[in-house]
Amino acid sequence: MKRVENIFLRYKYQKDNIIPILQNIQKQFNFLPTEVLKYASQRLKIPLSKIYSLATFYTTFSLKPRGKHLITICMGTACHVRGSTAILNEFERKLSIKPGATTKDMNYSLETVNCLGCCAIGPIVVYDGKYIGEFKLKDIGRILKGRA
Amino acid sequence: MKPVLIISAGTCGLARGAQALIKTAKDYRRKQRLHREFDIKITGCHGLCEAEPNILVHFNGKFIFYQKLKPENVKDIIEKTILKGTVIKEFLWFDPKTKKKYEKIDDIPFYQKQLRILLDHNVLIEPKYIKDYMKFGGYSALDKVLKKHRPLDVINIIKKSGLRGRGGAGFLTGKKWEISRKAKGVEKYVICNADEGDPGAYMDRSLLEGNPHSVLEGMIIGAYAIGANKGIIYVRNEYPLAVENLGRALEQAYRKGFLGMDILKSKFNFDIDIVRGAGAFVCGEETALLASIEGEVGRPRSRPPYPAEKGLWNRPTNINNVETWANVPQIVINGANWFSQIGTKGSKGTKIFSLVGKINNTGLVEVPMGITLREIIYDIGGGIPAGKKFKAVQTGGPSGGCIPHSLLDLPIDYEGLTQAGSMMGSGGMIVMDEDTCMVDIARYFLDFTLHESCGKCPSCRLGTKHMFQILDRITEGKGREGDIEFLENIGKNVELTSLCGLGQTAANPVLTTIRYFRDEYLAHIKEKRCPALVCKSLISYMIDPELCGGCTVCAKNCPSDAISGKPKDVYKIDQKKCIKCGICLTVCPPKFKAVKKVSPPVK
Repeated sequence: MKRVENIFLRYKYQKDNIIPILQNIQKQFNFLPTEVLKYASQRLKIPLSKIYSLATFYTTFSLKPRGKHLITICMGTACHVRGSTAILNEFERKLSIKPGATTKDMNYSLETVNCLGCCAIGPIVVYDGKYIGEFKLKDIGRILKGRA
Repeated sequence: MKPVLIISAGTCGLARGAQALIKTAKDYRRKQRLHREFDIKITGCHGLCEAEPNILVHFNGKFIFYQKLKPENVKDIIEKTILKGTVIKEFLWFDPKTKKKYEKIDDIPFYQKQLRILLDHNVLIEPKYIKDYMKFGGYSALDKVLKKHRPLDVINIIKKSGLRGRGGAGFLTGKKWEISRKAKGVEKYVICNADEGDPGAYMDRSLLEGNPHSVLEGMIIGAYAIGANKGIIYVRNEYPLAVENLGRALEQAYRKGFLGMDILKSKFNFDIDIVRGAGAFVCGEETALLASIEGEVGRPRSRPPYPAEKGLWNRPTNINNVETWANVPQIVINGANWFSQIGTKGSKGTKIFSLVGKINNTGLVEVPMGITLREIIYDIGGGIPAGKKFKAVQTGGPSGGCIPHSLLDLPIDYEGLTQAGSMMGSGGMIVMDEDTCMVDIARYFLDFTLHESCGKCPSCRLGTKHMFQILDRITEGKGREGDIEFLENIGKNVELTSLCGLGQTAANPVLTTIRYFRDEYLAHIKEKRCPALVCKSLISYMIDPELCGGCTVCAKNCPSDAISGKPKDVYKIDQKKCIKCGICLTVCPPKFKAVKKVSPPVK
């Protein structure tokens, strides 16, 4: 909790900085753990219900632990007309998870994003922060290689 | 002057491998000790994203444009073009139709009809260095304003220029500033709305990445005019590079004394903070954005009071978007008359559009208002790839609509687009060809607004859901008689009874596709057929026995073992096993092209 305390300190324990505070907590833990949110609620004197409502309203926040690798598929309009839905379906099928979920072995999390603003090179898949443009269905195997 | 190697390294450039080009260029220059021979500049996006990763070589007063490069090409460019002055033909950009090659960037048709007032600097300046921006006149507008103009003069200049908000609604910027100026309050705020959420629009990202100081300078001038001492840039969380470049630009501006206390000894104080969004589309709406900065859930509230009177913490707040702010220094330097001569009667200046989708030259284009869609799509964009037919262009994101072929000669300005049932929005322009299903597009946008609706107004929360369900049903082949009329009815009601722009415009994609592409809806509903061969439930994959070469590739790649046959013989798809993933179509070798889609599906 010391790490969390440092985040609070950086934002001067101010209630209105709760969104950046949550962003930093997520950066530390890769998701928003319940105990940390309870702790934040006590220390910042913000009702837990309010923190919960923020964490569920904004799509960046995840209340569940995320996998080792994060696969994000851009679902923007330009990517859509170039076939991102088929790519998403194929990832869903191969990993047997829906967007927002993590595989049982905690290896992969699958997420979608509305638009990354790289529309010219769509469809785009981001793998652990690396942008892959002009993504093709057959690239999926390559990405998931090293896994049965 | 030393030759300069200019590497385009915005997010798209980096996604296409610009980082490797930068590394190769730097390593080679160091190893060969060529520091005296040429400079390397790492800039933001050059606009023609299709050609990424691209390099511009600036020598003898001209800019040579090389496209789609690999790291090993960099050495050639340095040795041949930079050291010897010869142009390498094979790296030049060429017209996909005529195959004609172009040497200089200005000659490329993509750039010719553009008027790049804001984007031009992306090519010239390295966003990392404030002195680059200053070398091309940066911060001279601020200097001029602080030394020569009173705040009211600045407002009058902006009013006279006719600049309208580039974020979507098109409110007169000068007028907005005037209201904020007159509003009573000790502390006032200016905000830069950089929550560019419209899918398909990325001009703000490009400006923030490639020329962040232009936005800061605009904000400082605006704050001076309004009398604000505090500024906030609310930037999308999905733009990490923009946040990084902005942060660095802020530090530099403070160090140079363009921000902070007593700016340029004028006794004017101004601070800017960056606030990162958290992934909610509705926060692009100004009152939702304010709520988000205050640490609340981003739900819009009713207006009036407008933020100009009661905004952040109930204090007068002036909100403009990135592109609007970036226009301000240009207007101050070149004058209101210069600006108001560009464009149409009601819409002045230029507008940046992101030209994406099924188009040859994808990229960012900056054009004078009043240009026609045809000029943008065919002259600048180079038409539709692979000989396909143009079907529609979607403007304005989820709030906009689809404009059909018959309206291609429509001059683009705020009013023209609204009359066509669409809107300017932030300037996304997604081109669709005959392979795009308009019902599917309407369904796609409703899926978007349905998830992004904040849930405050029942008509938006339930109306978008209901429209989505009907559209979903139609794409699944379960459309019923009367669905179209029902959609129109719900759409109009959502439009009339929602509080904010998201709800008021949510039905536009549905209403415009019905208005211009009713036939396609009818084909789905009555004939259970998807003319564009997109809707999964309404198509089947088939292997043409005449064309099949028996190469086995499709069968090997089929994830559901639905394809059977013997090598060198004709293969067949078992429709019961087929999951319609489309992999067979993508892997079938181009020499056979045997896999086909058909609609209605085979039983």
